[in-house]
Amino acid sequence: MIEFIQLLINGILLGSILALGAVGATMIFGVLRFAHFAHGDLMAIGAYFALTVVTVFNLPVLAALPVAMLLTAGLAVGIDQVVYRRIRRVQPVILLIASFATALVLRSFIQMVWGSSNQVYQTGIQLPWRIGPLTLKPDHLLIFIAATVLVIGVHLFLTRTKMGKAMRAMSDNMNLALVTGIPADRVIMWTWVIGGALAAAAGVFLGMDTRLHPVMGWTLLLPIFAATILGGIGRPYGAILGGLVIGCAMELSTLIIPGSYKPAVAFAIMVVTLIFRPQGIIKGSV
Amino acid sequence: MELAGLGAYALFFLNLVGIYAIMALGLNMQWGMTGQFNIGIAGFFAVGAYTTAILTTGPSDNWLGGFNLPFLVGLVGSVLVCLPIAWAVGRITARLRTDYLAIATIGIAEIIRLFFLNEGWLSNGTRGIPGIQKPFGVGNGGYLIVVAAFVGLTWLAVEIARRSPWGRVLRAIRDNEPATAAAGKDIARFRLQAFVVGSCIMALGGGLYAHFVGFVSPEAFRPLYGTFLVWVMLIAGGSGNNLGAMLGALVVWLIWSSTEMLAGLVPTALIGSESAFRVFLIGILLQIILVSRPQGLLPEKRPPMPGEHRR
Repeated sequence: MIEFIQLLINGILLGSILALGAVGATMIFGVLRFAHFAHGDLMAIGAYFALTVVTVFNLPVLAALPVAMLLTAGLAVGIDQVVYRRIRRVQPVILLIASFATALVLRSFIQMVWGSSNQVYQTGIQLPWRIGPLTLKPDHLLIFIAATVLVIGVHLFLTRTKMGKAMRAMSDNMNLALVTGIPADRVIMWTWVIGGALAAAAGVFLGMDTRLHPVMGWTLLLPIFAATILGGIGRPYGAILGGLVIGCAMELSTLIIPGSYKPAVAFAIMVVTLIFRPQGIIKGSV
Repeated sequence: MELAGLGAYALFFLNLVGIYAIMALGLNMQWGMTGQFNIGIAGFFAVGAYTTAILTTGPSDNWLGGFNLPFLVGLVGSVLVCLPIAWAVGRITARLRTDYLAIATIGIAEIIRLFFLNEGWLSNGTRGIPGIQKPFGVGNGGYLIVVAAFVGLTWLAVEIARRSPWGRVLRAIRDNEPATAAAGKDIARFRLQAFVVGSCIMALGGGLYAHFVGFVSPEAFRPLYGTFLVWVMLIAGGSGNNLGAMLGALVVWLIWSSTEMLAGLVPTALIGSESAFRVFLIGILLQIILVSRPQGLLPEKRPPMPGEHRR
């Protein structure tokens, strides 16, 4: 039972990281209609941006977070302008392959600049809190709170601002949104800003929880897609729910099967979703 | 000495071109002809390579082996083992459209890789299976003839399939699925067939690869080498065109090898890691091709529309 609760805590932590990634992926999927395969590596590069800020200016990680989010958002918009914008009208699949190439370019860029060994934000051991038999690191609480704040921020953006509403409209019904005069180019740009910023946050949290590595984002890409599909494509709230479900399922699965099969669990959930409820828990738009 | 070294390298290079050309042909069956977005090539590649590795190596305590079967039996085994796996994957993913199919197939490929990584009794885990012999005791030169023969046979088979009524139905499905369904074709069946045939061709490529390199380990089946390079080849060469797929294999391997030399020229301090720099270059190259020439070097020749004259 104790083990179960401990794994559940880990699962919620992983789930909130996945949720941040999945919200961005689902919005890009909803607005631009393609699975963004570079999303995981966008997360990784965000984490490395924060590492540079931390080491150069000697700041705490949370202070570096906004900088990393800003830089990654800018990078995402830049990639869209240089690459994706030019092939948006050709064929959706060409976009998909291009994003695959972007993923490789980003990952090798990380290896070239920061090296391919494991790195951490802070050296030294953080003393975990012990609550009875359970252990909880202060970082975990921090990650959870920061993730919640970000999710609430996205919620307010989507429901209270004109741009957020336009984004949801485009995701719901592209043609209807376009005839009502929604500025598509600006909505697309803002989608990348939000997606990139959230990806960076997810990457930084992942780096705080474990360590930084060039493939850290790529290994989380499949669980993120699983969360996106489970939650229904184009549904930010579904993605949050999906992220938490997948995160908990991955951690709890170690009770029954070897831990090295964790990514397979996320995928199995995804396949079952695709077969029995392809529209996701909350009905998706695509 | 220089010349001999160059010749040896050319043999090595052409062998790999041939093996990748076979996989590009398999992908052309799925993507170029039927429009199925399979980015799980590495999975079928791995199944093919491991099957022949297990069937043809001598006995060992570290992995399931000791069958010592001949080369051709190993290759037939590769295709036969891949058949039910591809069929099952195809059935599961039958109703999925492009993006979903892409996500599902890359997931399956990763699971297959995890399986070979974790099931040590079968595949010796991370250490891999060494000592896979080339057939008839040939060297790289002799093996090139074997590979070339298989490339020729595969090309012939795929080209005949493309021109046959069966291939026409596949292309019709790719271009207009509802119209094909209205013409009374069982779309699910044709798609499944194309998927299975394409995957088995990839497994054949995997088998040839295992005998060429002599060693298989899960590292070789990461998405980069297993999947991404094949996609670059097909897209650069021209999807839908079988000659284009093979030309793409040659051109991309040429570029891939020349990035090695290019990376050697740039000081390491500037680029950090040579292999990362190569991947970086190939990624950028693909972006340039996609943006400037999305139809590839040899675009597919489309039959004339009714009433249109051949030029």
